[in-house]
Amino acid sequence: MGNPIDQTIAGVNTKEVQRSIGSGRFGAYGGRYVPETLMAALQELEHAYAVAREDGAFQSELDDLLRHYVGRPTPMYFAKRLSEQLGGAKIYLKREDLLHTGAHKINNALGQGLLAKRMGKQRIIAETGAGQHGVATATVCALLGMDCVIYMGEEDMRRQELNVYRMRLLGAEVRGVGAGSATLKDAINEAMRDWVTNVRTTFYILGSALGSHPYPTMVRDFHRVISREAKKQFMEQEGKLPDAVIACVGGGSNAIGAFYEFIPETNVRLIGVEAGGRGTALGEHAARFHGGLPGVLQGTFSYVLQNDAGQVATTHSVSAGLDYASVGPEHAMLHDQKRAEYTYATDDEALNAVKVLSRTEGILPALESAHAVAEAMKVAPTMSTSQAIMVNLSGRGDKDMGILAREMNLEGAKASS
Amino acid sequence: MAINFKQKPGIVVYLTAGDPDIETTYDIALAALDNGAEVLELGVPFSDPLADGPVIQRASERAVARGVRLLDVLELAKKIRAARPEAGIVIFSYLNPVVRVGMAEFCKLAKEHGADGVLLTDMIVEEAEEYLREMKKNDLAPVFLAAPTSPDERLKAIAEHSRGFVYAISRVGITGTQQNLESDAERLVSGIKQFTKLPVAVGFGVSNAEHVAAVGKFADAAIIGSAIVKLIEDTPREQAAEAVGKFVKGLRGQGGGSR
Repeated sequence: MGNPIDQTIAGVNTKEVQRSIGSGRFGAYGGRYVPETLMAALQELEHAYAVAREDGAFQSELDDLLRHYVGRPTPMYFAKRLSEQLGGAKIYLKREDLLHTGAHKINNALGQGLLAKRMGKQRIIAETGAGQHGVATATVCALLGMDCVIYMGEEDMRRQELNVYRMRLLGAEVRGVGAGSATLKDAINEAMRDWVTNVRTTFYILGSALGSHPYPTMVRDFHRVISREAKKQFMEQEGKLPDAVIACVGGGSNAIGAFYEFIPETNVRLIGVEAGGRGTALGEHAARFHGGLPGVLQGTFSYVLQNDAGQVATTHSVSAGLDYASVGPEHAMLHDQKRAEYTYATDDEALNAVKVLSRTEGILPALESAHAVAEAMKVAPTMSTSQAIMVNLSGRGDKDMGILAREMNLEGAKASS
Repeated sequence: MAINFKQKPGIVVYLTAGDPDIETTYDIALAALDNGAEVLELGVPFSDPLADGPVIQRASERAVARGVRLLDVLELAKKIRAARPEAGIVIFSYLNPVVRVGMAEFCKLAKEHGADGVLLTDMIVEEAEEYLREMKKNDLAPVFLAAPTSPDERLKAIAEHSRGFVYAISRVGITGTQQNLESDAERLVSGIKQFTKLPVAVGFGVSNAEHVAAVGKFADAAIIGSAIVKLIEDTPREQAAEAVGKFVKGLRGQGGGSR
């Protein structure tokens, strides 16, 4: 697309720095489709991020906190019993679930929080689905002494109640959103309305590789550390790269972080796992690459679950974090290029994967991450024992205990098996 | 081209098309035009109206639930055009329903159905290459939003790419009524007028005769949306057209222009 505006901010032509973070286009996807009121803020953010990215002091502050506060690097764990039980490829788990606050989300929340501080923005807003991004953002705000408002769908507040309490304990205000299906999409709408209204004083820490440029690029950059570590760890532990990398895809932040450094390694299969929900009809799932069409939602051009009139569909998944009608634009590009494959796991398959991983490895995965585990359980037996798979275990499942207790009948003396 | 403000200030009325139903919107549109509105913005209901406040969100949700589509709004435009040849008609939509139809096809249809212009809430000038090309091909006026946060460089591009009028957003934020017009608006209008001779219309929070008079001091037209959508929400459907007609007439206050 053309650019009729010569972008200057504070008298500085920003073309040079902007080139380093790209145009925000991922093939045909991405871009910037927002109300005009937000454009100055997006350009200010783009500029600030492009400069920070090249600034050694910013990077070393981030690296230091990632190491000493967040707990990076995360282990690459060989799941021996699970692999033996499935009888095929060796399964490794990239343990993002061990990070402070319990999921990969903190990588990005911390990066954006430091950027907000650097830009002198004292008020932070964010949306959250499963609550992990909200908790990570509330945590970063506590750490950096900033004000924090989190928007969360009321349905998600109900099903991820523990995370609501955690955010409040950390000092954040949690604002429930009752519109639409009262899930992640509706929370983003409300966060964007807040941002439009308070744009001069507020930094929006968007939690996935979604939205308008520079968010998809910036969020991916902050999660890129996952595949950077993974590549090195695989070489050390296996002496080669994995044959496949599997990650769940909601907005797609953990997946793009896990995929990114492997994209040029064309022998590595990249597999994204969407939420298959409880059926293939529109409204029963959140598998954008299985029923979605290209469209514009919340600032970016990507695959969107929608009806033939262009109204965005409601979605369903047992996991709040995957329950979203669109997907990050870089995934849309990887999908069309066939560089990554996108499949789905149903609610039941994810619930089963939670149980299997808990009982074979003593690891309780988040329901989101369990979708990736479910796919590994399908793929591993089709591969040879000399091959290896990396599953990005993006988060831990403590937050899901309410749902799991109901779904698995854990209130009896012994869980059903 | 029928986007033409003869009165000072001109009045633009926004309606969420299909709330409470398409037939009533038609009656309301004629009542607004017959009582002093010169331009209509026909809002295409969308599932995720993220630039709108609670009033238009609710109207949009009701219309989406009734199954009102972009094509229904174009049919409505055609009927209004037939009944009131002089009216200015702008199709006001979020981008996604337009993407579903296809940009080229949409612009062609909008022209065929008698629209004068189009405003796409989430379309900025940088992304507008195809949109501008198709609009030009069909001799339609692209109306862009200008915001109090837009720096001069952006105002210049917005002014240069707009036709018909430039829509000045009175304040940062979403649509909805407010008590006082903020000082943002006047500064913004003079900023836009540096770059264009097009009329500038002020919207967002313009909700009564006092606001209209205030806008008239520095801008060419006032856009009234949420206040009318709220009035429609609060009025039984068979009385809605009459109520809106009366309301629009009252926006001129005393000593206002007449037709």
